[in-house]
Amino acid sequence: MSNVTVRIPTPLRSMTGGADEVTVSGATVKDALDALGAKHEGVLSKVLDAKGGVRSFVNVYLGSRNIKALGGLGAELKDGDVLAIVPAVAGGK
Amino acid sequence: MLVLPADCRGEIEAFVCKGYPYETCGVMLGCSEGTKNIVSSVRQLNNTNTERANDRFEMDSDEMFAVQEEARSLGEEVVGIWHSHPDHPAAPSQTDLDKAWPMWSYIIASVTKDGVAAMTSWRLADDEDKRFEEERVNDE
Repeated sequence: MSNVTVRIPTPLRSMTGGADEVTVSGATVKDALDALGAKHEGVLSKVLDAKGGVRSFVNVYLGSRNIKALGGLGAELKDGDVLAIVPAVAGGK
Repeated sequence: MLVLPADCRGEIEAFVCKGYPYETCGVMLGCSEGTKNIVSSVRQLNNTNTERANDRFEMDSDEMFAVQEEARSLGEEVVGIWHSHPDHPAAPSQTDLDKAWPMWSYIIASVTKDGVAAMTSWRLADDEDKRFEEERVNDE
């Protein structure tokens, strides 16, 4: 298990008591997100869909790379890693 | 309420006019105080929806990550999103609503070949239904 920091974007901070980052433990990105969800109810459903995949309008970064390029939710973590939840933004007239 | 200094408003107007007739988009950095979002600077991000750039926008995720990190390094946060509606009213569409996030201010600029016709700001209502409410915009 590694201790990692999860950075929370502004739209989800109401679910973390206003915290902009949360420290959790986990061996993989999925573990860390599950741990985040266990600490702060409601966050996980905004990041993962019902099948356990990353929602289409959210991106998760490990360090400076999208986890899509790192094997997805199974990407392994090491102590001190930083995960960032990044809202995808789209729209149009 | 959104506090949008005149120079930031001017930058958004310049971005959307330069991008006409395509949709342009970007973010606003600053801080939040309760229900007030206070803008200190704006950034333009690439519209990656090149197939429907005249009526859709989709921000580049790597750029969004980078700007979120930049805001953090400045001790600020992303407080809102701006985008243009070329030859269309400055009101949110169903597409805008479907993809909107809470807490952020959403500026919509109606732009024509003659310039910016209107600029409005919207925020998701704090209730059960997902709907936009227009918010007041002050320059200070």
